[in-house]
This record gives sequence, C-alpha cells and structure tokens, in this order.
Amino acid sequence: MTKSDFAVIGQPLPKVDAWAKVVGETKYADDLFLPRMVYGKLLRSSHAHARIRSIDTARARAVPGVYAVITGADLPRVKFGILPVSQDEEALCTEKVRMVGDAVAAVAAVDEETAEQACRLIEVDYEPLPALMSVFDALAHPEVRIHEYGDGPNVHKSVALQFGDVDTALTSADLVREDVFFFEGSNHLPMEQHAAVAHWGSDGKLTLWSSTQTPHYVHRLLAKVLDTPAAHIRVIATPVGGGFGGKTEPFAHEIVACQLSKLTGRPVKIALTREEVFYTHRGRHPVLMWIKTGFTKQGDITGCHLRTWLDGGAYGSYGVASTFYTGVINPMTYKMPVYKFEAARIFTNKPPCGPKRGHGTPQPRFALECQLDKAAEQLGLDPAEMRRRIVAEPFTKTANHLTITTIGLGECIDKVVEASGWREKRARFGGQPEPPSPKKPGIGIACSAYLTGAGTAIYWNDMPHSGVIARADRSGGVAVLCGATDIGQGSDSVLAYLTAEVLGIEPKDVHVHPADTSLTPVDLGSYSSRVTLMCGMAAIQAAERLRAVIFQAVAQRLEVSATSLVARERKVGVPDDWDRAVPFAKAVELGEAIHGVLAFPGSYAPPKRAGKYKGGGVGPSPCYSYSACVVELTVDEETGHVDLGNVWIAHDVGRALNPLLVEGQVEGSVYMGIGEALMEEQVFRKNLHKQPSMLEYKSPTTLETPEIHTILVETDDPEGPFGAKEAGQGPLLPVIPAIANAIYHALDIRIDEVPITPDKILKALELKRLGKPARVGPVKLPLFTFKEPIVVESAFGQPADAVVSRPFTS
Amino acid sequence: MKVRVALTVNGESREALVPVHKTLLEVLREDLGLTGTKHGCELGECGTCTVLLDGEPVLSCLALPVETEGCRITTVEGMAEGGRLHPLQQSFAELGAAQCGYCTPGILLTATALLADRPSPTRQEVKDALAGNLCRCTGYTKILDAVELAALRMGRQEART
Repeated sequence: MTKSDFAVIGQPLPKVDAWAKVVGETKYADDLFLPRMVYGKLLRSSHAHARIRSIDTARARAVPGVYAVITGADLPRVKFGILPVSQDEEALCTEKVRMVGDAVAAVAAVDEETAEQACRLIEVDYEPLPALMSVFDALAHPEVRIHEYGDGPNVHKSVALQFGDVDTALTSADLVREDVFFFEGSNHLPMEQHAAVAHWGSDGKLTLWSSTQTPHYVHRLLAKVLDTPAAHIRVIATPVGGGFGGKTEPFAHEIVACQLSKLTGRPVKIALTREEVFYTHRGRHPVLMWIKTGFTKQGDITGCHLRTWLDGGAYGSYGVASTFYTGVINPMTYKMPVYKFEAARIFTNKPPCGPKRGHGTPQPRFALECQLDKAAEQLGLDPAEMRRRIVAEPFTKTANHLTITTIGLGECIDKVVEASGWREKRARFGGQPEPPSPKKPGIGIACSAYLTGAGTAIYWNDMPHSGVIARADRSGGVAVLCGATDIGQGSDSVLAYLTAEVLGIEPKDVHVHPADTSLTPVDLGSYSSRVTLMCGMAAIQAAERLRAVIFQAVAQRLEVSATSLVARERKVGVPDDWDRAVPFAKAVELGEAIHGVLAFPGSYAPPKRAGKYKGGGVGPSPCYSYSACVVELTVDEETGHVDLGNVWIAHDVGRALNPLLVEGQVEGSVYMGIGEALMEEQVFRKNLHKQPSMLEYKSPTTLETPEIHTILVETDDPEGPFGAKEAGQGPLLPVIPAIANAIYHALDIRIDEVPITPDKILKALELKRLGKPARVGPVKLPLFTFKEPIVVESAFGQPADAVVSRPFTS
Repeated sequence: MKVRVALTVNGESREALVPVHKTLLEVLREDLGLTGTKHGCELGECGTCTVLLDGEPVLSCLALPVETEGCRITTVEGMAEGGRLHPLQQSFAELGAAQCGYCTPGILLTATALLADRPSPTRQEVKDALAGNLCRCTGYTKILDAVELAALRMGRQEART
C-alpha cells in the first residue's frame, strides 16, 4: 500500500496522551495519594559484601508515627529474579548483602521523614566479606563466592557458540585484525525516580500501582514472593516517566510496599531517591571485548570471532539474555559467513546490570564498527563504501541462524553519505583546518541492527506475547484494552492509530486502557522494542474481527456484499455509493443487534524461527531495524574537548506509523548514544558509586546535544503492522562508534573505550607526540577459559524459511 | 515546627500549615494537590521541578514556601487560561516534544520565562535557557522546535493585537 491509501498511518499526529502531559494532568506513580496512605523507606546496606549477623529494629519501632518495621524474616523466604534461571534476589536480604544498596529492612511511617528517621535507628550487625569490584577481582578470587550458583566461581553465565569453521576463514583472509575494546557501564537515568503505591485491601486483594515497564512479570513474581494467589493481585502500570529498560523487572521497593500495606492495613507509597535509582540500576553492562575478524582485499568479511566479558554486578537480572545479546546481533548487518562467539558474565559486588536501551548490543557494535574502520584504512577503502558493499541480503539467514527479512541498510548508508556531504568532508577534514586552529574536524560513520521484539518470552510458554480486546460501544467509540505500558514511546497512541485505521474512525474515538493486569490481556512489557509490532499486530487482528461483524451487519442493511464495504471517515459503505454509507455508531448498533456485545480479541506471538541449537532462543525477532549514522565533529587538541557538529542518521523503520513519533525515538536514541560515547559512566570508588547524583553523573544537556538530522527509510516489512519495524533502540547503536571513528579521522588517535573523555584524548595525543601507538583502550584480558563451543553449521546466505509456524493468525 | 504559609499559586490564594523546612515542591504536590510539578533529584540538579516565581524560573525543590510568600507562583496547571492552552503547551503536544512527559512541566515553565524575556529567541538562546532542564527522551530536538514554533505563533498573535 502507498501512503495515500491510509487515513491515519503515516500522519504526524500528536500523541493521544500529549494533551494530559502538557497540562500536568498525567498521574505518574508518585502522583497518587490514597486516603490513609503511609510512606515506606528501605534501609540499604552500606557494605558491598557482608554477612548479616543480626538486625535489631526495636528502636525504630519505638519512633512515634511508625506503623511497621520489617526485615527479610517478615517476608516469605523465597528468592526471585526476572529470569527463571536466575532466581537470586531477596527484597530484603536475610543472610548476606552483595552490594552497597541492597535492602535489609523497611519502615512504614506517617511521612517520609519519620520513616527515614526510623531507618537510621535500625541496627544491623554485619560481618564484612571481601568485596569483588571488577571482573578481574572476581575471577582472581574464586575462594570468595558472591553466589553459590552459576557456571563457575563468580561466573554467572558462560556461553560459547560456533557457526562454521572460523579458523579456516580467518586463515584464508587477506587481512586479519585483532582488537580489544571496553565499553563502560551507564545508568538509564530516567527523569522519574521509581515509585510504587500498594494497597492490600480488607478483602484480601492486593493492588500495586507502579512505574514499571513490565506489569505482567511483576504480577507473576509478586504472587511468588508474597506467597499469594496471582488471582488476588492486580498490578497497574502507571504512565512511566522514562524507562529505557530500567523499570523492566520487579524491585525490592515494590515487594516491600505490598508487604507493608498488608501489615499496616493502609496504602503504602515508596518513592526512590535519585541515589537509590543509581543503586537499583540494571543499566548498561560494562563489557570488555576481544574481536578478531578476517577481511579480503575488497573488504569482505571472511569470518569473525568475538569474546566478551560482562561485569554483571551482584545479581542475575536479565544477565543471561544480556550475555547472549553481546554476541548474537553482530552478524545481522553485513555478510559474515562464519562466526564464533564466546561470552561470560561475571558477578561483582556492584549494583546489578541489566537491560538498557539496546540491551547488550551497543557494546559489541562499538567493537565491530571501530574495527571495520581500522580495517578499511588498512585496506585503503572508504569506510562508507566498504560497508555498503558488504550489506547483508534480504530474506536470508545469518551464520547464527537468525532470519533477516527486509533490510534497508544500503539505502540508509546512501542517505547519510549524501546528506552529510561525506565524500567531500572525508577528503577535506582530518588535516590542518583552514585557518589553522586547535579544533580539528573529523567525520565518521557506523551502522547497526536491532531486533523488533524478542522472539521468545522470558518464561517458556505457548501463549500470546501480546493481546488486545477491542470493544465497540453504541456511541461509536471503541475501547482498546491492552497490557502494554506507555513509557513515553507512544504505545497508547500506536494502539489508537492502528485501531482507527482499520475501523475508519479517528484516533480520538479510540479509548486506550493500558497495563492493568485485572482488565487487560497480557502484553509481556515495554522492552526489546516489541510493543509497536506485537501489540500492533494484536490490535489489528482485534479491530479486523470487530470490523468483520460490523461489515456483515451493514451488508445486510444495505443489501450488498460485505466484501464491497469499506470503513472510512467514521462511516461504513460501498465506495461507489457513499451517500448510503452508514455512520460508524449506527453500524455498531447494527452489529450489536446481530452479534450481541461487540468485543473481540486479538493475539500475537512471533513466528517460530529460533535456531535449533541450545541458546538459539535469544536473538530471533520477527524482523530487524537498521541504522546508519554519520557524525561530524571537532576535537580540540589542546583541551581534548569534543564538540559535536551534526549527526545524520538514517533509520530503516519498515514503515513510520507516525513519522513524528519515529523521529522522536530516533532523536532520543542518538542523544542517549552521545551520552554514552562522551560522558556517561556508572563507576565505583571504594565500593561506592562514584557519582550517584544528576550533577556528578554527566549527561548531555541542550548544550552538548548537536543538531540531529533524521532520515526515515521505509522497507514495508511483511512481519510488521502495516510494515512497521522498531525505532526506539536501534538508532542508539551506531552513534557511539561513529563518534569514535570521527575522532580518529580528526586526530589519528584511537580511543578504544567509552566514554571518550578529554583526558583519554589528551593521553592519546601525548602518545602520538612520543611516537608511540596513539591508542587509549584496554590492554589486558581476564584469564578465563571458555567452555567448548557448541558447534553448529553456519546458516549464512540460506533463504528465509518459506513456511513458518505463526500462532494465533487464524 | 509547623508554620502557616499563605501562597499565591496560579492566581489563587492558598494556605497551608507545613513544617518550616518542607520545600515548595513538596507543599505544592502534597499539601496543595498540584502534582503537575515533578521531581527528578530533589537536589536542584535536573530542572524537573521548575516553577515560576514572579515570572522567573525557580527550582521548587530548593525553595522554601516561607520565602515565597508575597510572590506570584506559577505551576504548569496555571499555564492554560480559561481552558485555552498556552501556545507552548499547544506546540509541545503538536510536535511530539513531550515523550514520557515527566520533564515537560519544568521545561514549559522555563520556556515561558524565556519567551517573556525574549519573544523571538535564536535557537542558541533557547538552548542556553533550557540547559538546566534535563530530558532523557527527546534528544531536545523536538523541544527546541516546539519553543520556536510557539515563539513564532505568539509573535504573530502579538502583531495582530
């Protein structure tokens, strides 16, 4: 279909919730105030690693205004975790703390101040244990065990996969490069601090309002940790004030709020401070990487071998998935005939890392794209042209058995090369600027791919990943019930647009009711860029089922065939006889008279295309988005300051359901990539977070954010709703290596780790002056033996399967 | 120690009996029910809690209500007049400048003060004015666009009247 065939799709409409947001009406979790509500506070460990000998709460209980004080002994003794394989967390630690910030006790009181005061009076007797604060420490001290489970002492997860004969492929290459990179961890830094309000009613039923991206998973795990039937628990995700992956699993404060509500008989609110948000974390993993890739003289990749070491922090979180993600997406962009990937996630006594925008993929993408840049130079190739030549083919499989459907990467590269004036600037920059200045210009390029929704759920099941109920009422309005959580990405709006498009009504006529486990069909959550595609497909199916009954009724009334009808402009009729078209509200009445209540479900589960090998469940996605990015900047060789001039980014979004919102996702991704490339770092000193505040933790303001030029490429993917693919994560990935490559172009220095701070640039320039290799980056790799790889034949270049199992499509 | 404070908020006289150290942010949200004002750090670092005091942007997490008696306090709830959105609210909604929306009230008020001071700011002046307001969703692009559009519309309106 072309754009003109659509009424709503492709229009730059305001978000359906924009109006409430600009007048301050949107109720985030901390905006809820219930009658008799009290306030909870968590007491958190000041030790990075310690045994808990005893906890004395007597003095805290005696404080006037305190309603309850609890420790882990007051909760069912059951551990939890977002992944079934990593059930290693306690809301309140009972035997051991594993990081500064682990919660050990909690207070409910008349106000926050009283709760804080009481927390300070709780006496915890700790027996300190050695703190392991880095991957190297953790591997060097197997006698100190952070957890008793995993793939080895302090090894949470180790994976090794090989697709084809990588050794032979590297031997036959004209050029083989081995490089080492490091990507520092970073926090999501959502503007909204996590907050939750729990109300355990006198009927024995629990309601939790929370700023969560995954109400369904919170629902399931609350039942487990509170030892309460899930049928008596209701989780409502309030509008989320920024997530970026930081609110995708159950947290101590949510569980504790529930338990405190049960004990006090009152609603309980717990709102985290900014410092607590930094310690709650679940952000970007610090990853050390070794990558060895073979190239032909023409720039073709002959094979690639990647090793990654993830600093996981104190708990499992999504870590098993994160570990796989540091390897499985790299083969999506270019022709890579054989591939070997080894990874290990190591426990350390720091806040746990988890999924942050791009989940595990920006780190290896940084490594691969910087290495490609180095190889291009050695081979005398233009880095943009080299990438363009080796772009993967549509509707084929990668070495690691992932299916590429549409791929607009070639067009993306062409678009950013043209828009940025790449060729001219590439030739002109990189030398002495005219007039002479310490500010040296450079221009760099990088590309990326990202999944449009994880192909498998967190817990194995055969049910839908996303469900929608569309209910038409006699007013002509349509209610859409869906478990999706709007975290600012616009999922409520997408549901309204798609429903309106199918039914020929206006988005304003659609009432979206999201994220309430009592009312809405399950959606797995706002993570892995899955919502637009999966909820979208479910919404389309539900709306089409509703439309079919309405068409049947209108066809009877007009005495025409149902197949001759269309729905548009809030009417249903035959295009050639539009004067007789029935108003939509009337059409609903006709339908209801025949069918009864008009409420129809839509269900979606991804096509079953997981590779037939252990570990093949991480990486498959209905389709993948692609991005290419060119960054133009200057680097001041006296101060090391990087000044970003312009960023051009082209993103293959399949189809822009609303170009305004897609641009917003791309711009936000670029911005977040800039932060990670140049300044953001979640680092520790003496077991403490070095900068747990928004002032000290540097993030880009309006002044550091350059002009971002967004170009949308549409490939109309057969898997997506009206052809749409993801936009919220993928565009972050290429920005970081494009910046590193542009800095190299400006000054001939390689900073092989992020963030690229001025001190690193000055250090590299000093090395250059001394005639040494002008590189700053990791030099040491951990002593670690990966297990024998699972060896699978490469599926590279095979055509996509013609027949695929697609649940719930009929 | 609790004190009685008399505040003028969005043109209305409001009174509250609050601990003397309770911040303006907390009093607005918890005592006056004006939850449109958000918080991101409560340490004066992120700009999220910005309100206007006599037209000037102030971080309400660092202001004490006793200091603001006699001042005109404007929160996001006071921007629309008579059911008509402020041009900034209109342009922010139209251009997608509010994604999660959490930083939006603070940015709207900071921009209101800017446009009162400089009706036709350059893009750099908009950037300078908003440098103290963090946003994690938008990359600021659509925010800058929306401020410029509102300035343009307000200028036209001015020219007509």
